[in-house]
Amino acid sequence: MIDSIKSFMGWFFVTGDPMIYGADASIALVSIGIVAVLTYFKKWKWLWEEWLTTVDHKRIGIMYIIAALLMLFRGGIDALMMRAQLTLPNMHFLDAEHYNQVFTTHGTIMIIFVAMPFIFGLMNIAVPLQIGARDVAYPFLNALSFWFFFVGAMLFNLSFVIGGSPDAGWSSYAPYAGAELNPGVGQNYYLIGVQISGIGSLATGINFLVTILKMRAPGMTLFKMPMFTWSVLITSVIVVFAFPAFTVALALMTIDRLFGAHFFTIAAGGSPMLWANLFWFWGHPEVYIVLLPVFGIFSEVIATFAHKTLFGYAVMVWSMIAISVLSFITWLHHFFTMGNTAPVNAFFSISTMLIAIPTGVKIFNWLFTLNKGRIQFTTPMLWALAFIPNFTIGGVTGVMLAMAPADYQYHNSYFLVAHFHSTLIAGTVFGIFCGLHYWWPKMFGYLLDERKGKWSFWIFMISFNVCFMPMYFLGLMGMTRRMYTYPAGLGWTPINVVMTIGAVGMGVGFALMAWNIIWSAFYGKKDTTGDPWGGRTLEWVTASPAPEYNFAHIPEVSTRDAFTAMKEEKEKGLAKSSKPYEPIHMPNNTGIPVIMASFMFVAGFGFVFEWYWMGIPGLIGVIACMIARSFVYNDHHYISIDEIKRTEAATGRLS
Amino acid sequence: MTDSVLRLHERDKSSLPIEYSKEEGDLRIVGFWIFLAAELVLFGTLFGTYLVLQSHTAGGPTAKDLFEIGPVMAETIVLLVSSFTCGLSTIELRRHNTKGLIAWLIVTILLGLVFVGLEANEFYTYAVHEGATLSRSAFLSGFFVLLGTHGCHVSLGIVWIIGILLQLAKRGITPVTARKAFMVGLYWHFLDVVWIFIFTAVYLTGWVI
Ligand code: HEM
Ligand SMILES: [Cu+2]
Repeated sequence: MIDSIKSFMGWFFVTGDPMIYGADASIALVSIGIVAVLTYFKKWKWLWEEWLTTVDHKRIGIMYIIAALLMLFRGGIDALMMRAQLTLPNMHFLDAEHYNQVFTTHGTIMIIFVAMPFIFGLMNIAVPLQIGARDVAYPFLNALSFWFFFVGAMLFNLSFVIGGSPDAGWSSYAPYAGAELNPGVGQNYYLIGVQISGIGSLATGINFLVTILKMRAPGMTLFKMPMFTWSVLITSVIVVFAFPAFTVALALMTIDRLFGAHFFTIAAGGSPMLWANLFWFWGHPEVYIVLLPVFGIFSEVIATFAHKTLFGYAVMVWSMIAISVLSFITWLHHFFTMGNTAPVNAFFSISTMLIAIPTGVKIFNWLFTLNKGRIQFTTPMLWALAFIPNFTIGGVTGVMLAMAPADYQYHNSYFLVAHFHSTLIAGTVFGIFCGLHYWWPKMFGYLLDERKGKWSFWIFMISFNVCFMPMYFLGLMGMTRRMYTYPAGLGWTPINVVMTIGAVGMGVGFALMAWNIIWSAFYGKKDTTGDPWGGRTLEWVTASPAPEYNFAHIPEVSTRDAFTAMKEEKEKGLAKSSKPYEPIHMPNNTGIPVIMASFMFVAGFGFVFEWYWMGIPGLIGVIACMIARSFVYNDHHYISIDEIKRTEAATGRLS
Repeated sequence: MTDSVLRLHERDKSSLPIEYSKEEGDLRIVGFWIFLAAELVLFGTLFGTYLVLQSHTAGGPTAKDLFEIGPVMAETIVLLVSSFTCGLSTIELRRHNTKGLIAWLIVTILLGLVFVGLEANEFYTYAVHEGATLSRSAFLSGFFVLLGTHGCHVSLGIVWIIGILLQLAKRGITPVTARKAFMVGLYWHFLDVVWIFIFTAVYLTGWVI
């Protein structure tokens, strides 16, 4: 009995590595610490009522961002571990198996649990405010999306202490990711954790699509929408059409592994290439899902701090639409080398290069917006300005990779790794940092410190170049992707040392940003006006942080840059006389989303271990929650005129 | 730039059918159409997978060996008729006739149950009598998962209709229950359309090729 418990524990928990024991201990300590603090300050009720059950898009946005920042920390630690291992030849800091796990979790976490949720967080904060709405179309579903993402991320992260991490790369190619070559639970964690959060992403896509199409303030036609809202609209369309394919791909591989089907196996007629096609049919649009919204953020920030309207608005929109369409017909460029015929490679080579055209158009539009602008170098603006050249390098090397014959040389080398980090870091990460600083006052009512913000920007941006520019050359010198160590004497060592220095520098930059967040929470400059930057769009009309109902009166829009127009009218003394308030109809908080997601977590954990006694009841719990929700009819309340008056008076807006 | 056609909520509501009469109903129905678009991609991916793997029988039973006209026709007819009765329920909904709506929805789920039973029986026959299981070949994996996904959707639809029936019995036709009954109708017709594709892409091509 004791022996069997012992052997179960040895298999259930990951053992034998001091770093994992350290992680175990720190997870236990942090959990105990959180519970203790909450209990000591009697904050459990507050946590439940204000956060866990909220359906307010602004709070959901904040929770997305907190979770994404934590995941960025985890993914960053993974990155530093890889860079530590590769600094010098023949290192034994990580063994091959461990290295495989680290690059897999790093890639998956960065894309699925950092880039996407961070963007969803900023979307949640800004989009309803930008279109003058009081919430998203489906506030309940919005909360559910968040909690599905959250439990998916937690499940995935559990893998490194319980059961073992996946090690087949973030792209999880078959047949290596199949049951035969990859037994154990690691790959199940990938499949099920990503699946659960993917369901949430799909729901978010539908939610924002309907919100933007149907809930805009009166007078805001599609071509008067702020550019960030446009980018989210287009991204939502991509989400709706790309994610179901991934849902299917993940489900099929799960069925292969759990129930012995033969979709992607080598035996019994399965087709490993089918996985590559399905994965990238989602995977390429996915890179635009994490890129288009940051294009939107940069458009807002550049226009605001150049004090000009965005140059070429309509062209900006049409180029995003063109990118979204093209993004669905380029997926094969991820496997030019895997035995396609020449005409097929030629088609995908050309379709890929075509994307450079609308993207280039956008770059020039940003430059023309800056042209003759009165540029103000705030922290968000620095991130936006740095994006332009750094991202362009990623774009140009992307066109190099798109040339199929040349790709036989670059494919899966560090040249590729440098390319996609140039786009993902100089694009997505710069963009989310930019949006974070820009909308921070709207979220919390105070600004992040500019001096610390600029320091963290310069350190991060320079270190990024120190880390990733040499990487292109390392790739051309022959170092391949996903290798856990290398022999001395190839001339790779100096570059690897420089890269690790750069990676550490990025860590320092990020740590400084974290410090800035903590410092500013205490000493940050208050935003009393609701418009700290001289914004041009409607989110700056209301107070910071925005009240629960966002706008006491729904604003009326007649032009682009609606808020700028309002301010100009006010200066001319044309401000409209104020109307009386009316009670506002708002959705109630509900515990169902977080409970339902917890059942999903239980179910997911059960299926990871193939414990059907656990998985099936978990799913039944999920369905029971859905049914329970269907019977709830009392799901709204009214905010009284008195309360609106009180809230507006508190921010000095009672007219 | 003129007002977008999609901005129904700024229009007069009184002329609209009851399920669209509240802004919320309007929002939800639009969202549901978009959800169905996502479902279309989901099934499209499954169809693509099936068609790629159709010939990968690995020496096991082929489509020709397995599929029999009788049971498949029975399933098809039952499901198509259920779509018709579901349509009738929507007509009763528009006439504000709660009893008629409930009656036709009950007929619809009964037919749905018959369909699920027939399909389960078909699967059972293949697996037990012909040794054609999920893990026998890639072709069969594709077959069972495509049809199984559709069958699960139908079963979930049945559970969903039962939930709506309870609410209709308690509350009658209100803008909210009307919206729910209308949406489940959309869902049911969608599954019917998917079946027509299954009939063509799986059974018809299976018999011919
Ligand atoms: C501190 C910054 C970062 C550093 C130092 C870093 C470093 C690395 C390294 C060393 C690898 C593995 C190369 C290999 O062995 O093949 C890698 C892979 C990867 N990184 Fe990063 N990375 C960073 C940030 C990011 C970010 C922000 C993202 C995405 C938003 C990202 C996405 C990926 C992906 C998708 C892979 C591929 C994983 C795989 O091969 O399956 N990385 N990164
Ligand atoms: Cu791609």
